[in-house]
Amino acid sequence: MSDLLEKHRHIAERHQRMLALGANAVGLTNEKILSPTRAIIDGRETILAGTNNYMGITFDADCIRAGQEALAAFGTGTTGSRIANGTYALHRALEKEFADFLNLKHCIVFSTGYQANLGMLAGLAGPRDTIYLDADSHSSIYDGCTLSGAKLVRFRHNDAADLDKRLARADQEGGRLVVLEGIYSMLGDRAPLADFVALKKKHKFELMVDEAHSFGVLGPNGRGLADEAGLEPEVDFVVGTFSKSVGAIGGFGAGNQPLFETLRYATRPYMFTASPSPSTAATALAAIRKLKAEPERRDRLRANSARLFEGFRSLGFTLGCDQVSPVIAVKCPGEVSAIAMWNALLEAGVYVNIALPPGTPGKQCLLRCSVSAAHSFEDIDRIIDLFGTVVAQAEHRQAVNA
Amino acid sequence: MTEGEDTFTALSRLLAPFNTAGVTITPETDISADLNIDSVSVMDFVMEVEDHFEIDIPLNVLSETRTMADLVDVVDERRAKG
Repeated sequence: MSDLLEKHRHIAERHQRMLALGANAVGLTNEKILSPTRAIIDGRETILAGTNNYMGITFDADCIRAGQEALAAFGTGTTGSRIANGTYALHRALEKEFADFLNLKHCIVFSTGYQANLGMLAGLAGPRDTIYLDADSHSSIYDGCTLSGAKLVRFRHNDAADLDKRLARADQEGGRLVVLEGIYSMLGDRAPLADFVALKKKHKFELMVDEAHSFGVLGPNGRGLADEAGLEPEVDFVVGTFSKSVGAIGGFGAGNQPLFETLRYATRPYMFTASPSPSTAATALAAIRKLKAEPERRDRLRANSARLFEGFRSLGFTLGCDQVSPVIAVKCPGEVSAIAMWNALLEAGVYVNIALPPGTPGKQCLLRCSVSAAHSFEDIDRIIDLFGTVVAQAEHRQAVNA
Repeated sequence: MTEGEDTFTALSRLLAPFNTAGVTITPETDISADLNIDSVSVMDFVMEVEDHFEIDIPLNVLSETRTMADLVDVVDERRAKG
Protein backbone atom coordinates (compact mmCIF):
# COMPACT_ATOMS: atom_id res chain seq x y z
CA MET A 1 0.00 0.00 0.00
CA SER A 2 1.25 3.50 -0.79
CA ASP A 3 0.49 6.92 0.63
CA LEU A 4 -2.23 8.58 -1.39
CA LEU A 5 -0.42 11.87 -1.75
CA GLU A 6 2.80 10.22 -3.00
CA LYS A 7 1.51 10.46 -6.56
CA HIS A 8 1.81 14.24 -6.33
CA ARG A 9 5.46 14.26 -5.24
CA HIS A 10 6.67 15.26 -8.71
CA ILE A 11 4.33 18.27 -8.54
CA ALA A 12 5.76 19.26 -5.17
CA GLU A 13 9.28 18.95 -6.59
CA ARG A 14 8.41 21.11 -9.60
CA HIS A 15 6.89 23.70 -7.27
CA GLN A 16 10.08 23.71 -5.17
CA ARG A 17 12.13 24.36 -8.31
CA MET A 18 9.85 27.32 -9.10
CA LEU A 19 10.24 28.71 -5.55
CA ALA A 20 14.01 28.39 -5.82
CA LEU A 21 13.91 30.77 -8.79
CA GLY A 22 12.10 33.52 -6.86
CA ALA A 23 8.56 34.32 -5.75
CA ASN A 24 5.66 31.88 -5.73
CA ALA A 25 4.30 32.42 -9.22
CA VAL A 26 1.28 30.20 -8.57
CA GLY A 27 0.56 31.19 -4.98
CA LEU A 28 0.86 34.94 -4.97
CA THR A 29 -0.89 36.99 -2.26
CA ASN A 30 -2.44 40.37 -2.91
CA GLU A 31 -1.99 42.15 0.42
CA LYS A 32 -4.29 45.00 -0.57
CA ILE A 33 -6.35 45.72 -3.65
CA LEU A 34 -6.28 49.44 -4.36
CA SER A 35 -8.29 49.52 -7.60
CA PRO A 36 -9.12 47.27 -10.57
CA THR A 37 -5.55 47.82 -11.79
CA ARG A 38 -3.46 48.24 -8.61
CA ALA A 39 -2.56 46.03 -5.66
CA ILE A 40 0.01 45.90 -2.92
CA ILE A 41 2.14 42.77 -3.43
CA ASP A 42 5.24 42.13 -1.29
CA GLY A 43 4.66 45.59 0.18
CA ARG A 44 4.96 47.25 -3.26
CA GLU A 45 2.34 48.98 -5.36
CA THR A 46 1.96 46.82 -8.46
CA ILE A 47 0.14 47.29 -11.78
CA LEU A 48 -2.25 44.39 -12.27
CA ALA A 49 -2.13 43.09 -15.83
CA GLY A 50 -3.36 39.55 -15.30
CA THR A 51 -6.76 39.73 -13.61
CA ASN A 52 -9.33 39.18 -16.41
CA ASN A 53 -11.01 42.28 -14.98
CA TYR A 54 -11.82 43.34 -18.54
CA MET A 55 -14.38 46.02 -17.77
CA GLY A 56 -12.57 47.27 -14.66
CA ILE A 57 -15.87 47.20 -12.80
CA THR A 58 -14.85 45.68 -9.44
CA PHE A 59 -14.71 49.02 -7.62
CA ASP A 60 -17.69 50.64 -9.31
CA ALA A 61 -19.53 52.67 -6.67
CA ASP A 62 -23.01 51.56 -7.78
CA CYS A 63 -22.04 47.89 -7.79
CA ILE A 64 -20.50 48.18 -4.32
CA ARG A 65 -23.57 49.95 -3.00
CA ALA A 66 -25.88 47.28 -4.49
CA GLY A 67 -23.80 44.56 -2.82
CA GLN A 68 -23.81 46.35 0.54
CA GLU A 69 -27.57 46.88 0.43
CA ALA A 70 -28.21 43.22 -0.44
CA LEU A 71 -25.86 42.11 2.32
CA ALA A 72 -27.83 44.17 4.85
CA ALA A 73 -31.24 43.21 3.49
CA PHE A 74 -30.79 39.49 2.76
CA GLY A 75 -27.88 38.40 4.95
CA THR A 76 -24.47 36.91 4.33
CA GLY A 77 -25.44 33.71 2.55
CA THR A 78 -28.43 31.79 1.24
CA THR A 79 -27.54 28.56 3.09
CA GLY A 80 -29.24 26.49 0.44
CA SER A 81 -29.42 25.32 -3.14
CA ARG A 82 -31.60 26.87 -5.80
CA ILE A 83 -34.05 23.95 -5.72
CA ALA A 84 -34.50 24.19 -1.94
CA ASN A 85 -34.42 27.47 0.03
CA GLY A 86 -31.71 29.19 -2.03
CA THR A 87 -33.73 31.02 -4.70
CA TYR A 88 -34.25 34.70 -3.85
CA ALA A 89 -35.96 37.36 -5.93
CA LEU A 90 -32.43 38.62 -6.64
CA HIS A 91 -31.49 35.40 -8.44
CA ARG A 92 -34.64 35.61 -10.54
CA ALA A 93 -33.96 39.25 -11.38
CA LEU A 94 -30.36 38.41 -12.28
CA GLU A 95 -31.46 35.62 -14.64
CA LYS A 96 -34.00 37.87 -16.31
CA GLU A 97 -31.46 40.68 -16.73
CA PHE A 98 -28.92 38.33 -18.33
CA ALA A 99 -31.53 36.73 -20.61
CA ASP A 100 -32.55 40.22 -21.75
CA PHE A 101 -28.94 41.29 -22.24
CA LEU A 102 -28.28 38.18 -24.35
CA ASN A 103 -31.60 38.54 -26.18
CA LEU A 104 -32.44 34.94 -25.26
CA LYS A 105 -35.53 33.48 -23.60
CA HIS A 106 -33.89 31.52 -20.81
CA CYS A 107 -30.94 31.98 -18.49
CA ILE A 108 -29.83 29.88 -15.52
CA VAL A 109 -27.34 31.26 -12.99
CA PHE A 110 -24.71 28.95 -11.46
CA SER A 111 -22.57 29.61 -8.39
CA THR A 112 -19.26 29.74 -10.31
CA GLY A 113 -18.19 29.87 -13.94
CA TYR A 114 -16.61 26.45 -13.55
CA GLN A 115 -19.96 25.07 -12.42
CA ALA A 116 -21.74 26.78 -15.33
CA ASN A 117 -19.77 24.60 -17.75
CA LEU A 118 -20.17 21.52 -15.59
CA GLY A 119 -23.89 22.15 -15.24
CA MET A 120 -24.59 22.94 -18.86
CA LEU A 121 -22.53 20.09 -20.32
CA ALA A 122 -23.74 17.46 -17.84
CA GLY A 123 -27.32 18.69 -18.30
CA LEU A 124 -27.26 18.74 -22.09
CA ALA A 125 -25.35 15.55 -22.90
CA GLY A 126 -25.77 12.07 -21.53
CA PRO A 127 -24.15 8.67 -22.07
CA ARG A 128 -25.87 8.14 -25.45
CA ASP A 129 -24.69 11.50 -26.83
CA THR A 130 -21.37 12.71 -28.24
CA ILE A 131 -19.59 15.94 -27.33
CA TYR A 132 -17.03 17.35 -29.76
CA LEU A 133 -14.64 19.61 -27.91
CA ASP A 134 -11.83 21.84 -29.14
CA ALA A 135 -8.41 20.53 -28.08
CA ASP A 136 -7.61 23.83 -26.31
CA SER A 137 -10.81 23.87 -24.24
CA HIS A 138 -10.73 25.12 -20.66
CA SER A 139 -10.53 22.50 -17.90
CA SER A 140 -14.12 23.24 -16.86
CA ILE A 141 -15.23 22.05 -20.32
CA TYR A 142 -13.18 18.87 -20.07
CA ASP A 143 -14.55 18.22 -16.58
CA GLY A 144 -18.14 18.97 -17.62
CA CYS A 145 -17.75 16.54 -20.53
CA THR A 146 -16.49 13.85 -18.18
CA LEU A 147 -19.35 14.46 -15.75
CA SER A 148 -21.89 14.14 -18.58
CA GLY A 149 -20.84 10.56 -19.35
CA ALA A 150 -21.10 11.37 -23.07
CA LYS A 151 -18.73 10.04 -25.70
CA LEU A 152 -15.97 12.66 -25.99
CA VAL A 153 -14.27 13.43 -29.27
CA ARG A 154 -11.51 16.05 -29.26
CA PHE A 155 -10.82 17.99 -32.47
CA ARG A 156 -7.80 20.06 -33.46
CA HIS A 157 -7.87 23.60 -32.13
CA ASN A 158 -9.89 26.04 -34.26
CA ASP A 159 -9.88 23.53 -37.13
CA ALA A 160 -13.37 23.21 -38.66
CA ALA A 161 -12.08 20.82 -41.35
CA ASP A 162 -10.83 18.48 -38.62
CA LEU A 163 -14.23 18.62 -36.88
CA ASP A 164 -15.95 18.00 -40.23
CA LYS A 165 -13.90 14.81 -40.67
CA ARG A 166 -14.77 13.58 -37.19
CA LEU A 167 -18.48 14.39 -37.54
CA ALA A 168 -18.53 12.44 -40.80
CA ARG A 169 -16.81 9.47 -39.16
CA ALA A 170 -19.22 9.16 -36.27
CA ASP A 171 -22.29 6.98 -35.98
CA GLN A 172 -25.59 8.83 -35.74
CA GLU A 173 -26.75 7.47 -32.39
CA GLY A 174 -27.82 10.07 -29.81
CA GLY A 175 -27.47 13.85 -29.90
CA ARG A 176 -24.31 15.74 -30.81
CA LEU A 177 -22.97 18.85 -29.13
CA VAL A 178 -20.05 20.91 -30.42
CA VAL A 179 -18.33 23.13 -27.84
CA LEU A 180 -16.26 26.21 -28.71
CA GLU A 181 -14.91 29.20 -26.81
CA GLY A 182 -15.35 32.83 -27.85
CA ILE A 183 -11.81 33.78 -26.84
CA TYR A 184 -9.40 31.06 -25.73
CA SER A 185 -7.99 31.96 -22.35
CA MET A 186 -4.32 31.17 -22.86
CA LEU A 187 -3.47 32.52 -26.34
CA GLY A 188 -6.32 35.01 -26.73
CA ASP A 189 -7.41 33.71 -30.13
CA ARG A 190 -11.07 33.58 -31.20
CA ALA A 191 -12.91 30.56 -32.60
CA PRO A 192 -13.49 30.94 -36.37
CA LEU A 193 -17.22 30.77 -35.71
CA ALA A 194 -18.44 31.09 -39.32
CA ASP A 195 -16.39 28.03 -40.34
CA PHE A 196 -17.92 25.93 -37.59
CA VAL A 197 -21.45 27.24 -38.20
CA ALA A 198 -21.09 26.29 -41.88
CA LEU A 199 -20.79 22.64 -40.79
CA LYS A 200 -24.36 22.79 -39.49
CA LYS A 201 -25.57 22.61 -43.10
CA LYS A 202 -23.76 19.31 -43.54
CA HIS A 203 -24.03 17.61 -40.14
CA LYS A 204 -26.72 17.71 -37.50
CA PHE A 205 -25.42 19.01 -34.18
CA GLU A 206 -26.16 21.62 -31.55
CA LEU A 207 -23.61 24.32 -30.81
CA MET A 208 -22.51 25.73 -27.45
CA VAL A 209 -20.14 28.70 -27.15
CA ASP A 210 -18.38 29.50 -23.90
CA GLU A 211 -18.10 33.30 -23.91
CA ALA A 212 -16.17 33.45 -20.60
CA HIS A 213 -13.48 35.78 -21.97
CA SER A 214 -15.57 37.41 -24.70
CA PHE A 215 -18.79 38.28 -22.84
CA GLY A 216 -18.92 42.03 -22.25
CA VAL A 217 -15.91 42.36 -24.52
CA LEU A 218 -16.80 41.48 -28.13
CA GLY A 219 -19.64 42.48 -30.41
CA PRO A 220 -21.70 45.63 -30.92
CA ASN A 221 -23.81 44.68 -27.88
CA GLY A 222 -21.00 43.16 -25.82
CA ARG A 223 -22.61 39.73 -25.98
CA GLY A 224 -19.48 37.97 -27.16
CA LEU A 225 -18.01 36.32 -30.25
CA ALA A 226 -21.37 35.31 -31.76
CA ASP A 227 -22.50 38.93 -31.46
CA GLU A 228 -19.28 40.13 -33.12
CA ALA A 229 -19.63 37.56 -35.90
CA GLY A 230 -23.35 38.24 -36.42
CA LEU A 231 -24.11 34.57 -35.91
CA GLU A 232 -26.12 34.52 -32.69
CA PRO A 233 -29.11 32.63 -34.16
CA GLU A 234 -26.77 29.73 -35.03
CA VAL A 235 -25.55 29.31 -31.44
CA ASP A 236 -27.87 27.06 -29.45
CA PHE A 237 -26.37 27.52 -26.01
CA VAL A 238 -24.29 30.31 -24.50
CA VAL A 239 -22.21 29.88 -21.35
CA GLY A 240 -20.39 32.59 -19.46
CA THR A 241 -18.95 33.69 -16.17
CA PHE A 242 -19.42 36.60 -13.76
CA SER A 243 -15.79 36.52 -12.65
CA LYS A 244 -14.36 38.47 -15.58
CA SER A 245 -16.30 41.31 -17.24
CA VAL A 246 -19.01 41.22 -14.56
CA GLY A 247 -16.50 41.53 -11.71
CA ALA A 248 -18.28 39.15 -9.33
CA ILE A 249 -18.38 35.36 -9.08
CA GLY A 250 -20.85 32.95 -10.66
CA GLY A 251 -21.75 31.88 -14.15
CA PHE A 252 -24.65 31.43 -16.52
CA GLY A 253 -26.05 29.20 -19.22
CA ALA A 254 -28.63 30.53 -21.68
CA GLY A 255 -30.69 29.43 -24.66
CA ASN A 256 -34.07 29.58 -26.39
CA GLN A 257 -35.16 25.93 -26.28
CA PRO A 258 -38.62 25.18 -24.82
CA LEU A 259 -37.16 22.58 -22.46
CA PHE A 260 -34.27 24.77 -21.29
CA GLU A 261 -35.73 25.45 -17.82
CA THR A 262 -35.81 21.68 -17.18
CA LEU A 263 -32.05 21.83 -16.69
CA ARG A 264 -32.80 23.23 -13.23
CA TYR A 265 -34.13 19.83 -12.21
CA ALA A 266 -31.71 17.73 -14.22
CA THR A 267 -28.17 18.99 -13.71
CA ARG A 268 -26.28 18.27 -10.54
CA PRO A 269 -23.84 21.25 -10.43
CA TYR A 270 -26.93 23.49 -10.22
CA MET A 271 -28.97 21.34 -7.85
CA PHE A 272 -26.44 20.29 -5.25
CA THR A 273 -24.59 23.45 -4.32
CA ALA A 274 -25.51 26.64 -2.48
CA SER A 275 -26.79 29.49 -4.63
CA PRO A 276 -24.74 32.69 -5.06
CA SER A 277 -24.74 34.89 -1.95
CA PRO A 278 -27.17 37.85 -1.99
CA SER A 279 -24.35 40.40 -2.25
CA THR A 280 -22.79 38.50 -5.16
CA ALA A 281 -26.10 38.31 -7.01
CA ALA A 282 -26.73 42.01 -6.39
CA THR A 283 -23.29 43.14 -7.63
CA ALA A 284 -23.63 40.98 -10.75
CA LEU A 285 -27.05 42.49 -11.40
CA ALA A 286 -25.75 46.03 -10.96
CA ALA A 287 -22.74 45.24 -13.16
CA ILE A 288 -24.69 43.88 -16.11
CA ARG A 289 -26.86 47.02 -16.05
CA LYS A 290 -23.67 49.10 -16.08
CA LEU A 291 -22.26 47.17 -19.04
CA LYS A 292 -25.46 47.84 -20.93
CA ALA A 293 -25.50 51.54 -20.02
CA GLU A 294 -21.78 52.17 -20.59
CA PRO A 295 -20.65 50.69 -23.90
CA GLU A 296 -17.68 53.08 -23.78
CA ARG A 297 -16.02 50.59 -21.42
CA ARG A 298 -15.70 48.23 -24.39
CA ASP A 299 -14.19 51.00 -26.51
CA ARG A 300 -11.59 51.74 -23.84
CA LEU A 301 -10.75 48.06 -23.53
CA ARG A 302 -10.34 47.79 -27.30
CA ALA A 303 -8.05 50.85 -27.41
CA ASN A 304 -5.96 49.56 -24.49
CA SER A 305 -5.70 46.07 -25.99
CA ALA A 306 -4.60 47.46 -29.37
CA ARG A 307 -1.99 49.65 -27.67
CA LEU A 308 -0.47 46.75 -25.72
CA PHE A 309 -0.62 44.43 -28.72
CA GLU A 310 1.15 46.94 -31.00
CA GLY A 311 3.66 47.80 -28.27
CA PHE A 312 4.62 44.16 -27.84
CA ARG A 313 4.76 43.64 -31.59
CA SER A 314 7.11 46.59 -32.02
CA LEU A 315 9.38 44.99 -29.41
CA GLY A 316 9.48 41.94 -31.69
CA PHE A 317 7.75 39.56 -29.27
CA THR A 318 6.12 36.37 -30.47
CA LEU A 319 2.50 36.61 -29.31
CA GLY A 320 -0.19 34.00 -28.71
CA CYS A 321 -2.25 35.11 -31.70
CA ASP A 322 -2.17 37.70 -34.46
CA GLN A 323 -5.52 39.35 -33.74
CA VAL A 324 -6.00 42.02 -31.06
CA SER A 325 -7.82 40.67 -28.02
CA PRO A 326 -7.74 41.58 -24.33
CA VAL A 327 -5.73 38.40 -23.69
CA ILE A 328 -2.19 38.99 -24.92
CA ALA A 329 0.29 36.19 -24.31
CA VAL A 330 4.04 36.56 -24.80
CA LYS A 331 5.71 33.29 -25.74
CA CYS A 332 8.87 32.45 -23.78
CA PRO A 333 11.66 30.09 -24.82
CA GLY A 334 11.29 27.79 -21.80
CA GLU A 335 10.05 27.30 -18.26
CA VAL A 336 13.12 28.64 -16.45
CA SER A 337 13.30 31.82 -18.50
CA ALA A 338 9.52 32.33 -18.18
CA ILE A 339 9.76 32.09 -14.38
CA ALA A 340 12.80 34.39 -14.31
CA MET A 341 11.04 37.00 -16.44
CA TRP A 342 7.85 36.71 -14.40
CA ASN A 343 9.87 37.39 -11.22
CA ALA A 344 11.67 40.33 -12.80
CA LEU A 345 8.37 41.84 -13.96
CA LEU A 346 6.86 41.49 -10.50
CA GLU A 347 9.89 43.11 -8.88
CA ALA A 348 9.69 45.93 -11.40
CA GLY A 349 6.04 46.47 -10.47
CA VAL A 350 3.77 44.61 -12.86
CA TYR A 351 1.81 41.43 -12.24
CA VAL A 352 0.99 39.17 -15.20
CA ASN A 353 -0.02 35.50 -15.29
CA ILE A 354 2.52 32.79 -15.86
CA ALA A 355 1.15 29.84 -17.83
CA LEU A 356 3.10 26.61 -18.10
CA PRO A 357 2.44 23.14 -19.56
CA PRO A 358 0.26 21.13 -19.28
CA GLY A 359 -2.04 24.13 -18.77
CA THR A 360 -1.04 25.59 -22.14
CA PRO A 361 -1.45 24.42 -25.73
CA GLY A 362 1.59 22.89 -27.41
CA LYS A 363 3.74 22.84 -24.24
CA GLN A 364 4.27 26.59 -24.50
CA CYS A 365 5.50 28.77 -21.65
CA LEU A 366 3.63 32.05 -21.59
CA LEU A 367 3.61 35.38 -19.83
CA ARG A 368 -0.07 36.14 -20.19
CA CYS A 369 -1.44 39.65 -19.89
CA SER A 370 -5.09 40.54 -19.66
CA VAL A 371 -6.02 44.12 -20.37
CA SER A 372 -8.66 46.15 -18.51
CA ALA A 373 -10.82 49.08 -19.56
CA ALA A 374 -9.59 50.62 -16.29
CA HIS A 375 -5.95 50.70 -17.41
CA SER A 376 -4.75 54.14 -18.47
CA PHE A 377 -2.57 54.56 -21.55
CA GLU A 378 0.24 55.37 -19.08
CA ASP A 379 -0.30 51.95 -17.46
CA ILE A 380 -0.16 50.23 -20.83
CA ASP A 381 3.01 52.10 -21.82
CA ARG A 382 4.62 51.23 -18.49
CA ILE A 383 3.79 47.53 -19.01
CA ILE A 384 5.36 47.67 -22.49
CA ASP A 385 8.48 49.41 -21.12
CA LEU A 386 8.92 46.91 -18.30
CA PHE A 387 8.48 43.94 -20.64
CA GLY A 388 11.02 45.47 -23.00
CA THR A 389 13.58 45.86 -20.23
CA VAL A 390 13.01 42.43 -18.71
CA VAL A 391 13.11 40.56 -22.01
CA ALA A 392 16.26 42.43 -23.07
CA GLN A 393 17.93 41.44 -19.77
CA ALA A 394 16.87 37.81 -20.25
CA GLU A 395 18.25 37.79 -23.79
CA HIS A 396 21.46 39.36 -22.56
CA ARG A 397 21.81 36.66 -19.86
CA GLN A 398 21.20 33.97 -22.46
CA ALA A 399 23.79 35.48 -24.80
CA VAL A 400 26.33 35.63 -21.93
CA ASN A 401 25.63 32.05 -20.91
CA ALA A 402 25.69 30.73 -24.48
CA MET B 1 0.18 3.18 -42.59
CA THR B 2 3.43 1.94 -44.10
CA GLU B 3 2.99 -1.33 -46.02
CA GLY B 4 3.35 -4.36 -43.78
CA GLU B 5 3.73 -2.28 -40.61
CA ASP B 6 1.83 -3.77 -37.68
CA THR B 7 -0.21 -1.65 -35.26
CA PHE B 8 2.38 -1.77 -32.48
CA THR B 9 5.18 -0.61 -34.77
CA ALA B 10 3.05 2.22 -36.14
CA LEU B 11 2.05 3.32 -32.62
CA SER B 12 5.68 3.23 -31.46
CA ARG B 13 6.68 5.43 -34.38
CA LEU B 14 3.86 7.93 -33.64
CA LEU B 15 4.80 7.95 -29.96
CA ALA B 16 8.48 8.72 -30.60
CA PRO B 17 8.13 12.56 -30.65
CA PHE B 18 6.37 12.42 -27.25
CA ASN B 19 8.92 10.02 -25.75
CA THR B 20 11.42 12.75 -24.94
CA ALA B 21 13.17 10.64 -22.30
CA GLY B 22 13.88 7.95 -24.91
CA VAL B 23 12.29 5.10 -22.92
CA THR B 24 12.29 1.75 -24.73
CA ILE B 25 8.73 1.03 -25.84
CA THR B 26 7.30 -2.45 -25.27
CA PRO B 27 3.68 -3.67 -25.30
CA GLU B 28 3.78 -3.42 -21.47
CA THR B 29 4.84 0.25 -21.46
CA ASP B 30 2.39 2.38 -19.46
CA ILE B 31 2.02 5.34 -21.79
CA SER B 32 1.51 8.00 -19.15
CA ALA B 33 3.41 6.68 -16.12
CA ASP B 34 6.45 5.05 -17.76
CA LEU B 35 7.07 7.85 -20.25
CA ASN B 36 6.36 10.55 -17.67
CA ILE B 37 4.19 12.53 -20.10
CA ASP B 38 1.30 14.71 -18.99
CA SER B 39 -2.38 14.18 -19.72
CA VAL B 40 -2.47 16.75 -22.52
CA SER B 41 0.49 15.14 -24.30
CA VAL B 42 -1.26 11.76 -24.09
CA MET B 43 -4.33 13.30 -25.74
CA ASP B 44 -2.15 14.94 -28.40
CA PHE B 45 -0.44 11.61 -29.11
CA VAL B 46 -3.83 9.92 -29.44
CA MET B 47 -4.92 12.61 -31.91
CA GLU B 48 -1.95 11.64 -34.10
CA VAL B 49 -3.04 8.01 -33.80
CA GLU B 50 -6.61 8.93 -34.78
CA ASP B 51 -5.40 10.79 -37.86
CA HIS B 52 -2.99 8.06 -38.89
CA PHE B 53 -5.59 5.28 -38.75
CA GLU B 54 -8.59 7.50 -39.61
CA ILE B 55 -10.50 6.44 -36.51
CA ASP B 56 -11.92 8.16 -33.44
CA ILE B 57 -10.72 7.13 -30.01
CA PRO B 58 -13.12 8.88 -27.60
CA LEU B 59 -11.48 10.31 -24.47
CA ASN B 60 -13.60 8.08 -22.25
CA VAL B 61 -12.16 5.00 -23.98
CA LEU B 62 -8.72 6.47 -23.45
CA SER B 63 -9.23 6.69 -19.68
CA GLU B 64 -9.28 2.88 -19.57
CA THR B 65 -6.28 2.51 -21.86
CA ARG B 66 -3.01 2.33 -19.95
CA THR B 67 -0.43 0.30 -21.86
CA MET B 68 0.70 0.14 -25.47
CA ALA B 69 -0.91 -3.33 -25.72
CA ASP B 70 -4.23 -1.81 -24.55
CA LEU B 71 -3.93 0.86 -27.22
CA VAL B 72 -3.11 -1.71 -29.93
CA ASP B 73 -6.36 -3.50 -28.98
CA VAL B 74 -8.37 -0.27 -29.12
CA VAL B 75 -6.94 0.70 -32.51
CA ASP B 76 -7.47 -2.75 -34.02
CA GLU B 77 -11.03 -2.91 -32.70
CA ARG B 78 -11.88 0.57 -34.00
CA ARG B 79 -10.33 -0.15 -37.41
CA ALA B 80 -12.34 -3.36 -37.71
CA LYS B 81 -15.52 -1.35 -36.98
CA GLY B 82 -14.70 1.31 -39.54
